[in-house]
Amino acid sequence: MAAGVAAWLPFARAAAIGWMPVANCPMPLAPADKNKRQDELIVLNVSGRRFQTWRTTLERYPDTLLGSTEKEFFFNEDTKEYFFDRDPEVFRCVLNFYRTGKLHYPRYECISAYDDELAFYGILPEIIGDCCYEEYKDRKRENAERLMDDNDSENNQESMPSLSFRQTMWRAFENPHTSTLALVFYYVTGFFIAVSVITNVVETVPCGTVPGSKELPCGERYSVAFFCLDTACVMIFTVEYLLRLFAAPSRYRFIRSVMSIIDVVAIMPYYIGLVMTNNEDVSGAFVTLRVFRVFRIFKFSRHSQGLRILGYTLKSCASELGFLLFSLTMAIIIFATVMFYAEKGSSASKFTSIPASFWYTIVTMTTLGYGDMVPKTIAGKIFGSICSLSGVLVIALPVPVIVSNFSRIYHQNQRADKRRAQKKARLARIRVAKTGSSNAYLHSKRNGLLNEALELMGTPEEEHVGKTTSLIESQHHHLLHCLEKTTNHEFIDEQMFEQNCMESSMQNYPSTRSPSLSSHPGLTTTCCSRRSKKTTHLPNSNLPATRLRSMQELSTIHIQGSEQPSLTTSRSSLNLKADDGLRPNCRASQITTAIISIPTPPALTPEGESRPPPASPGPNTNIPSIASNVVKVSAL
Amino acid sequence: MSGCSKRCKLGFVKFAQTIFKLITGTLSKDKIEDELEMTMVCHRPEGLEQLEAQTNFTKRELQVLYRGFKNECPSGVVNEETFKQIYAQFFPHGDASTYAHYLFHAFDTTQTGSVKFEDFVTALSILLRGTVHEKLRWTFNLYDINKDGYINKEEMMDIVKAIYDMMGKYTYPVLKEDTPRQHVDVFFQKMDKNKDGIVTLDEFLESCQEDDNIMRSLQLFQNVM
Repeated sequence: MAAGVAAWLPFARAAAIGWMPVANCPMPLAPADKNKRQDELIVLNVSGRRFQTWRTTLERYPDTLLGSTEKEFFFNEDTKEYFFDRDPEVFRCVLNFYRTGKLHYPRYECISAYDDELAFYGILPEIIGDCCYEEYKDRKRENAERLMDDNDSENNQESMPSLSFRQTMWRAFENPHTSTLALVFYYVTGFFIAVSVITNVVETVPCGTVPGSKELPCGERYSVAFFCLDTACVMIFTVEYLLRLFAAPSRYRFIRSVMSIIDVVAIMPYYIGLVMTNNEDVSGAFVTLRVFRVFRIFKFSRHSQGLRILGYTLKSCASELGFLLFSLTMAIIIFATVMFYAEKGSSASKFTSIPASFWYTIVTMTTLGYGDMVPKTIAGKIFGSICSLSGVLVIALPVPVIVSNFSRIYHQNQRADKRRAQKKARLARIRVAKTGSSNAYLHSKRNGLLNEALELMGTPEEEHVGKTTSLIESQHHHLLHCLEKTTNHEFIDEQMFEQNCMESSMQNYPSTRSPSLSSHPGLTTTCCSRRSKKTTHLPNSNLPATRLRSMQELSTIHIQGSEQPSLTTSRSSLNLKADDGLRPNCRASQITTAIISIPTPPALTPEGESRPPPASPGPNTNIPSIASNVVKVSAL
Repeated sequence: MSGCSKRCKLGFVKFAQTIFKLITGTLSKDKIEDELEMTMVCHRPEGLEQLEAQTNFTKRELQVLYRGFKNECPSGVVNEETFKQIYAQFFPHGDASTYAHYLFHAFDTTQTGSVKFEDFVTALSILLRGTVHEKLRWTFNLYDINKDGYINKEEMMDIVKAIYDMMGKYTYPVLKEDTPRQHVDVFFQKMDKNKDGIVTLDEFLESCQEDDNIMRSLQLFQNVM
């Protein structure tokens, strides 16, 4: 519907009166306007900035958030306004869309932020007006490329365990830095390419004279040595080519690719030479074939990114290059003709024909000026100077285009490399943040426990342990806790988990009877410096320690002692018998949370490690594990 | 002879100017376009109270109408092109331009080629809030394309064809070539009392008032605002 002209609908309906007398059949009933509201002002409060508009303005586009009843969800009864907790800058554009029917894209806005806002308000980006659509699409494409690059490199980094041999080989070929073997192979091939190229070059250098004959190039003098070198290089190249062919996911596509063609061209002359060594007729052709050996230098493009970029640039600037060539050809023909006819009169002129003048024209236009052909007549000199001037112009024109293309592609590559380098650091930071948040739960549980314990002990001097967590955080933690209870499992941190796995495989631990057992009945503490295996008991319970210990609390937290710099908290439900020694550790330990460190007196009993000694109830002093580094604290 | 020498002199002066420009590097003249800039025709309607007095709308309704009007036509007047575009948006299936053309001329009472807000509102007032008599008179005016006071078959044919054009191609049942003509014949049978081939205002008013369907449908859009 023509939402923009919705205001003219009454007019259109009124104009329908013109059809009435012509009509033969009775007209249908008009829709009743049930809630006929007077047009009212709506206040839209977006993050504090108030916008006001007519209700009918918003209702022009009923399939968006603001035009439909969805906005009632944001209605604030107290202030009688619609409150949106979004960006007011972008909202300006959105509201203008309702007002004028045209959606504009502000250039200073980030493209993904803008997209998010549009998605929130239920507006399709396709209706951006023509004035801004191109810019929007360009930015969007750029952003998509950037994200795709990120994803690609991410995928490359992922360890894909289930790769076949062939796939691993291909990956090794394409990304030499993935494994050391690939790296070695990469450098070896690079070395041999260099050797081969240098051999080709040195072969032709005159190497001193053999007595009795003229000066020979090195290639003929030490032909055997050079032949061996050549053979070695070609063998390496052949092996490499065959390996790549084997590993390629799509052999047909690989054969058609540029690099493989270069490979083939680089090694073919050798084999052809082997086949037809002694045939005099084709030896001339054979010599020509040797020229192709220089193509080996192109194999370096696998090793050098700059070369690849250059090649890519040339490919993408093909049209500019074509234009350059075409305009040069035109100019050459014109000037050659002119010079020929201008120099026709002079005697002993080198300009014998128009094609002969081509050489002069090219040399002049590219400002080389060898001087082997020079005009002698005055007219020839005039036209010659015009030729050289125009040569400068014609060549200078397409060059900036090529240069800018190269610069753009090069910078894009630089950006991609930089992003890849930063990615590692970024991922590490993200991982730290994640573990931080998961540890926060564990910390908070411990702190909550300590809090309760301290409260119970009624020790006024002890301050509340832990910082006050926000309401959201506490609710989140409660949720995680409920999950734990539901599944009878506990959250544990990574290191402890690995430890547990290791230890469970090492030691077969008889589990106790406690019903509320974790899923790792075999978990145990063997390493005394890591764990103590105390059962905990609820700080507010009065059960004797022994009983408690048999009642393995599911949630126990290990508080790592201060010896270990990184605080790892782990909880494992350990079903430990009381007798299974808590190794006494004479070192004093400290209960350290991530936030607050509480010095615990060395004589803490297992039951009340979070409590000061005098208050400790149970006399299970045969568990003097207080001194151990890790203290288990019940998480309840 | 003097004219020739004058022309020669002019030509020479121009040539010298071009060479000078070539040397100094100003190859393109700055195009001076400001003089012929189209002055925006801006029309402001008479006061709200006057309009309220002249029409059957309340102040509020006039405000709503004006806001919509001004949104589409910031200059304050509608020309036929804009009118056609606006009307076409309501009938995307077919071609509403012909009917819009006739409508425009019905709105444009002073035949100036542009419809001001006052004209717009006056016509709307008749169509929505007027008496039956006024509405029928307005409709007669719409049909009477050449405004000679009579509707003949050709005029009616044009109007009906324009209405059918708005339907577009995809209709059920399929539009046939002579459907408009048949429609016009039926109309004339009903309206033309004395069978003289033209319909006068009185004949029109009389015939319409006899027809219940028409009377009922005229009341349809009473509460459009």
